[in-house]
Amino acid sequence: MSTQTQDIALRNALASTPRPPRATPMSAALTYGWRGMLKVKHVPEQLLDVTITPVMFVLMFTYLFGGAIAGSTGAYLDYILPGILVMSVLFTTVYSGVALNTDLTKGVVDRFRTLPIWRPAPLVGALLGDSVRYLVAGTVIVVLGVILGFRPDAGVPGVVAALALTIVFAFGLSWVFTTLGLLLRSPNAVMNAGFMGIFPLTFLSNVFVDPETLPSALAWFVDVNPISILATASRGLMDGNADGGDIMISLLVAAALTAIFAPLTTKLYRSRS
Amino acid sequence: MTSPLALEASGLVKSFGDVHAVAGVDLAVRSGSVYGVLGPNGAGKTTTIRMLATLIKPDAGTGSVLGHDIVREADAVRGLVSLTGQMASVDEDLTGRENLILLARLLGLKRADAKARAAELLEAFDLSEASGRLVKNFSGGMRRRLDIAASLVVTPELLFLDEPTTGLDPRSRNQVWDIIRSLAAAGTTILLCTQYLDEADQLAEGIAVIDHGKVIAEGTPAQLKASVGSGALHIRLLDPEQRRDAERILAAELGTVHLEPDPTALSAPCSDADRAAEAVAELARSDVRIAGFSLAQPSLDEVFLALTGHKAEDQTDDAVEAA
Repeated sequence: MSTQTQDIALRNALASTPRPPRATPMSAALTYGWRGMLKVKHVPEQLLDVTITPVMFVLMFTYLFGGAIAGSTGAYLDYILPGILVMSVLFTTVYSGVALNTDLTKGVVDRFRTLPIWRPAPLVGALLGDSVRYLVAGTVIVVLGVILGFRPDAGVPGVVAALALTIVFAFGLSWVFTTLGLLLRSPNAVMNAGFMGIFPLTFLSNVFVDPETLPSALAWFVDVNPISILATASRGLMDGNADGGDIMISLLVAAALTAIFAPLTTKLYRSRS
Repeated sequence: MTSPLALEASGLVKSFGDVHAVAGVDLAVRSGSVYGVLGPNGAGKTTTIRMLATLIKPDAGTGSVLGHDIVREADAVRGLVSLTGQMASVDEDLTGRENLILLARLLGLKRADAKARAAELLEAFDLSEASGRLVKNFSGGMRRRLDIAASLVVTPELLFLDEPTTGLDPRSRNQVWDIIRSLAAAGTTILLCTQYLDEADQLAEGIAVIDHGKVIAEGTPAQLKASVGSGALHIRLLDPEQRRDAERILAAELGTVHLEPDPTALSAPCSDADRAAEAVAELARSDVRIAGFSLAQPSLDEVFLALTGHKAEDQTDDAVEAA
């Protein structure tokens, strides 16, 4: 293309832009969510961690430990599947912090930070996009469970409700890891610190074993651990005998985490130089 | 009549720990002009831009864009400026088209308008063919063009360009220069940070030279070059034995002569092409055999040497880069 026609095209492009009204917070956040989806579209391999890992966990725990813990693999599957669902989805939240930390090393964040948009939009949008990953992880678990013989009493509505509750909880928890993602220097550090927190919290819960056999101090901790409460609520929803209190506490914990860590993440995101 | 100021800064200061990245910068940029900020790496250019673009808060001093304070009215300023940073400020994991649609949507365009705007910009920046490719597979020049296009999704009142041609090959550099000229012709105010005197000279109507976080000289390119003094005629001889003769002849024609470390090379300050040509002709008439000669403009190095007495070496600190 000659310089002259190029120049004309350029001038036209510059001339034809009245400034539109600002994007609404919702629209800006959803646009960032779309960005997350596009990345999955271009690099579908990044869904491997949310599909393969849960499959491994289900198979390993059911067949390796199932007989020893619950007497039979079938009985253990009924106990552990809702728990594994919770664990897999919560593990995935660590990657939200890792992804944010990776993003920060790139120049595009500077551009985002100079846009006249709702301040938390890039973060809320990224987590909305990540919620789709949580959904994929959860769905893989449930489908695999059904294939292995898991037949929850509350049927599809119960499973959907358990999955929804877990994802809401994960959304709240992921703000902790985005805060971590902004405080630590490298994606690896975020990954290590994240799992150092989430790993013991998950194992010191009732996800894998009924806490009845535990020493009393440990049993006390397992009982108050929000992950236990979430796992119990999920089990209840799938079995059709959910305790309203457990559901309420799970939602409150998610809300509290969001209330504390979302503003903190936003503040760190804006002030990070 | 004087135009209103698009950008004003007064006494801007920013330190990172012990590093005084910006130590009191004043700027005044007329609306509709291209203003160059010239300095070596680490002089504080990027930090200054980042303060003005609301990315970091100044420790002291004030700045305003079209009358809006960069700290108190940061959000209003964000609605007026665009930034093309030194690090490519586009998303490498998306395609060129997706990048532009993303920004258009974030700036409030409707879905269909965003697509149309992206197509228009891709066309104008000669990127239509590559628009479906991931940006990480773009060449340096394409990436820069996309980066500038991304800053123009909605035409800003003030555009910050941080070293837009650093690392580009000459052809891509010329393309970027043409784009900047067109932008200026269309009336966009541009703050252009550069390490190249040549670039500021070609594009800017006013230049501030910045060193160790301070503005050390300010003026039009012509004023600046005049204050630095002249360019120089550089001569390379075929036979080092003839250097003494050449020195005598050049001294007669141009005055001072500087002998370079290379025994075949010598130079003399001179900014007048006619006098330089005459001096070269005189050498030829005297049978001094010349391998090559050039009349060079003062380089950034010479500007710095003249203005500060020290060379424009990279001034320290990753702190500024990391900032």
